[in-house]
Amino acid sequence: MESVSAEAKPAEQGIAMHRKRSVKLLRDMAKVWQLYVLMALPFAYIIIFKYVPMYGAQIAFKNFVATKGIWGSSWVGFSHFTRFFHSYEFWNIMSNTITLSFYQLVAGFPFPILLALSLNYVMHDRFKKLVQMVTYAPHFISVVVMVGIIYQVLDPRIGILNVVMGWFGVQPVDWLGKAEYFKSIYVWSGVWQNVGFSCIIYLAALAGIDPALHEAAVVDGATKVKRMWHIDLPGILPIAIILLILDVGRMLEIGFEKAFLMQNPLNLRTSEIVDTYVYKVGLASAAVNFSYSSAIGLFKNAINLVLLLVVNRFAKKMGQSSLW
Amino acid sequence: MNTSIKEAAEDRWFNVLNYTVLTLFFLIVLYPLVYIVSASFSSTNAVVSGRVWLWPVEPGLKGYAAVFEYKAIWTGFGNSLFYTVAGTLLNVVLTIIAAYPLSRRDFIGRQWIMFVFVFTIMFSGGIIPNYLLVKSLGLLDTRWALILPSALSVFNVIITRTYFQTNIPQEMLEAAQVDGCSDWKFLCKIVLPLSGPIVAVLMLFYAVGHWNSYFNALLYLKDRSLYPLQLVLRSILIQNQIDPSMVTSEEDLVARQGLADLLKYSLIVVATAPMLVIYPFVQKHFVKGVMIGSIKG
Repeated sequence: MESVSAEAKPAEQGIAMHRKRSVKLLRDMAKVWQLYVLMALPFAYIIIFKYVPMYGAQIAFKNFVATKGIWGSSWVGFSHFTRFFHSYEFWNIMSNTITLSFYQLVAGFPFPILLALSLNYVMHDRFKKLVQMVTYAPHFISVVVMVGIIYQVLDPRIGILNVVMGWFGVQPVDWLGKAEYFKSIYVWSGVWQNVGFSCIIYLAALAGIDPALHEAAVVDGATKVKRMWHIDLPGILPIAIILLILDVGRMLEIGFEKAFLMQNPLNLRTSEIVDTYVYKVGLASAAVNFSYSSAIGLFKNAINLVLLLVVNRFAKKMGQSSLW
Repeated sequence: MNTSIKEAAEDRWFNVLNYTVLTLFFLIVLYPLVYIVSASFSSTNAVVSGRVWLWPVEPGLKGYAAVFEYKAIWTGFGNSLFYTVAGTLLNVVLTIIAAYPLSRRDFIGRQWIMFVFVFTIMFSGGIIPNYLLVKSLGLLDTRWALILPSALSVFNVIITRTYFQTNIPQEMLEAAQVDGCSDWKFLCKIVLPLSGPIVAVLMLFYAVGHWNSYFNALLYLKDRSLYPLQLVLRSILIQNQIDPSMVTSEEDLVARQGLADLLKYSLIVVATAPMLVIYPFVQKHFVKGVMIGSIKG
């Protein structure tokens, strides 16, 4: 008897402990049941509006027929993907997307930093406030209005740019009708719109620099240029690098909205990017092709995911815990 | 940065250069805005012949009169107002009830739920599966199509959660629990009154997003009476589809074309006005919002 009970003991104990632990877990969960009720609605939203479309993305591997539904349509494997890779538009669209975002990255990077460094050395508070107020404002202009402004300013007939060029005897140019100007217009109007807002974060980083560093530098006779170079710039470098890395992770996400509005048949050669192409093939053309269009979108999202994961690992190595 | 030590000569040059750079930034950003506003207050003739470059020429309100007579603009304005108010309300409520449990350490399973949320930032089904979902829910061509699919932004949930974690002391919760306060009561009576800044930031971000977006409307709406302002603006400003009968009774084709040009400038001003009116009041909030957003949770 004794030996049996001695053998049974540990097992029984294990089960009992296990049961005790799960009972405790359930009791702890029951204690905060109201939190689960709060979470129910947002969680349902995420499942329905985010995960159901992910499930629906399987039509990229099928020939979607509306009457058969997502599940009922037949599988075709990767044929939509290979069709896209072999289409004559593939390289053009990919290179447009990548060069446009790369151009945007490079052109958009230095100006907010320059503005923040400059603002940091302004002694007149009212002037500083005025510059901030005006440069932040364009950020809140909608894409449609922004592109509307671009159209008005660059209009070949009445646009101010062509009017001013006319003063110097230069013939008016149809800026938006020329494919070679599309990327520059896209990028520089973006810099104009966002330079102020992007500098906010650098201003905060500058405000976080220990004033003792500046005081010590002044005592040692450092000029403002030297202080800017040796104190301020190293002070904002980490955040600048993190933002740059993040932007690389969003490389393919340059966004449908602005490019779509700036497109016209004349500049399509340089203005067609992945997102606008997906929209056209999937929803706006005469012969809509849901499956083919989803495949292109899924291809882009998959690359995006990989980019983000790589970039996050990079950021971790840089000493940041994680980007999320 | 102010020091009592006399500035070196080099520093004086630095100051000159610095103020020049800033003035350049200032003027480059300001000029297009001034130009648009000036053109909107000028006469048709001055706009068409390109005589406006800084101040209004032959000042008048003809462009604004045309905007006010254009019915589609006001329908769009009303629709956008509805989408913005209703959408923002839903957004803020959902964001708070999602962020609060996620901020609690005793909310078992929060890491798992957090992952379910955050993954949607990194990966999405795409435009077409979203469209098919909205279609199968029967939301196409209804006002819900502009409110429900964008009811929650995960990014805002993260910043709100961070705000709760850093601003609601753990001791406060423990004290309230000892006194028998339930979680709902704690959220309503303690957390919310302490959340003024974050609610202001959320409202601002969401409201600007609703007011400025056109993509969902482009995808999901065919019925013109439901169009938000941005889609109306698109057809006028970008596609140049102006219904002359809505603008003017003038028979002369040239005068009509001129008025259409002028109308665009005035319309840009009218469409941006609501943002610019509230802008000075919320400026300090969005600076704060960017700050909160930059702190990682």
